[in-house]
Amino acid sequence: MPRIDFDRDLRQLQDDLLFLGSMVEKAIAKALDAFKRRDLVVSEQVLNEDTLIDRKRFQIEEKVIDLIATQQPLARDLRILITVLHVAVELERMGDYAEGIAKISLRMGDEAPLKPLIDIPRMGELAAVMLRRSLDAFVNRDIVGAEGVSRADDEVDALYEQVYRELLTFMIEDPKKVQRATFLLWVAHDLERIADRATNIAERVVFLVTGKLVDMNTSNTDPTPRR
Amino acid sequence: MVQANNNGDSTAEAMPAERGSSTASEGTGDAVLSVKNLGVWYGAFRAVRDINMQVKRNTVLALIGPSGCGKSTVLRCFNRMNDLVPSARVEGEVIYNGVNLYADSTDATEIRSRVGMVFQKPNPFPKSIFENVAFGLRVNGFKGNMQEAVERSLRQAALWEEVKDRLNASAQALSGGQQQRLCIARALAVEPDVVLMDEPCSALDPIATLAIEDLIRQLVTKYTIIIVTHNMQQAARVSSETAFFMVGEDRAGYLVEMAATDQIFTNPRHEQTEAYITGRFS
Repeated sequence: MPRIDFDRDLRQLQDDLLFLGSMVEKAIAKALDAFKRRDLVVSEQVLNEDTLIDRKRFQIEEKVIDLIATQQPLARDLRILITVLHVAVELERMGDYAEGIAKISLRMGDEAPLKPLIDIPRMGELAAVMLRRSLDAFVNRDIVGAEGVSRADDEVDALYEQVYRELLTFMIEDPKKVQRATFLLWVAHDLERIADRATNIAERVVFLVTGKLVDMNTSNTDPTPRR
Repeated sequence: MVQANNNGDSTAEAMPAERGSSTASEGTGDAVLSVKNLGVWYGAFRAVRDINMQVKRNTVLALIGPSGCGKSTVLRCFNRMNDLVPSARVEGEVIYNGVNLYADSTDATEIRSRVGMVFQKPNPFPKSIFENVAFGLRVNGFKGNMQEAVERSLRQAALWEEVKDRLNASAQALSGGQQQRLCIARALAVEPDVVLMDEPCSALDPIATLAIEDLIRQLVTKYTIIIVTHNMQQAARVSSETAFFMVGEDRAGYLVEMAATDQIFTNPRHEQTEAYITGRFS
């Protein structure tokens, strides 16, 4: 006995989640690219488009609540809905980090970055790959893929630590550079958090497949408090 | 194989009897009931096969599964209610506190005083509220304070406040939900150890259903409760363990899996359980 309507709603919901994922992916790429190119118009755009991401997240959340209330989901259905709910929140927060990068870009205005950007774009690439892989793992119900995401996070953490130490050195050498160094540090921090949230999505994939809640954010390299 | 005697000597309700030494013997660890290779036949038809399970003391166990999967048949084995069905034959063992319920020396009437039963449709006797509860105790030759015993049972069944001023009114005048709680009070009056409930809420409205579910959760501190239900949300709400039964190709029911209720409802091990509880059973 299939549940035709419910199954269709579940599929639609997962499609919506992937759509949200692609919106966030684009926002991150756009924010970082605009930051590198110092394109304030595009940075402004990223800022404005975050509202669309927020709206999509609420739309997904409302649908999940509606299905829980009306369909009494259990077992795998329940795990899908709980996973979608969590992943939608993770994605929306990732969108906020993209918005954060755009805001820093706007605050910097015409000012050039303190130093040539090498590690930060690398962090951005890695974080984007992690996001894509975590969503692939969700689509394919792939635990091995999810674990790969968590491993990649260690690399991002290591890069972040490197950036942090380097910028700290700039600040110690010349206190006049503190503000410009801080701008870059914030961007690196936003990217590090995006990678962490990709790992959170991977954790949810493990829950979706196995029903087990696991903590994959095991590395302790983040030298700054989380926000 | 143990043959059940079809003595038909009991009404379809928890019947009181003298406490005998055969049921008071030591238990088997945490399990109040232990089922080994249980099979039930109705004439040439095998209704259930190869059931193995342990029921832990002071827990609520829910038996779920599609119609014809044998869950009620298994429930009825726990107090030999199947003895009342001519042609019923039981094989394997049901061990209650160390005593094989189907041994020749075991008295079915005595078992039913320790393992009470509540049915789908409230079935109060055509007597007063008081007499319904007192009935089992009277048959039992109860010598204590009957007023106190009746009040205690009605309080346990969360009915006392609603009926204390009209104990001599007819039980038939009560609402369906109240009648069912009266039947629970009647089952509790003889101080059983285990209470079997066969779809106790299926004839009740949602409010009365929630009242019974509340009651079940309170009773579990004192009793072991086994409930058959078609309502999976109910099983999820009241039980700590759930057993899922299916019908085999030979039309005999069998146990697919038994596990902690939260496990069954969030991440069952078997695909069949998954299909049934998510409503994709065919």
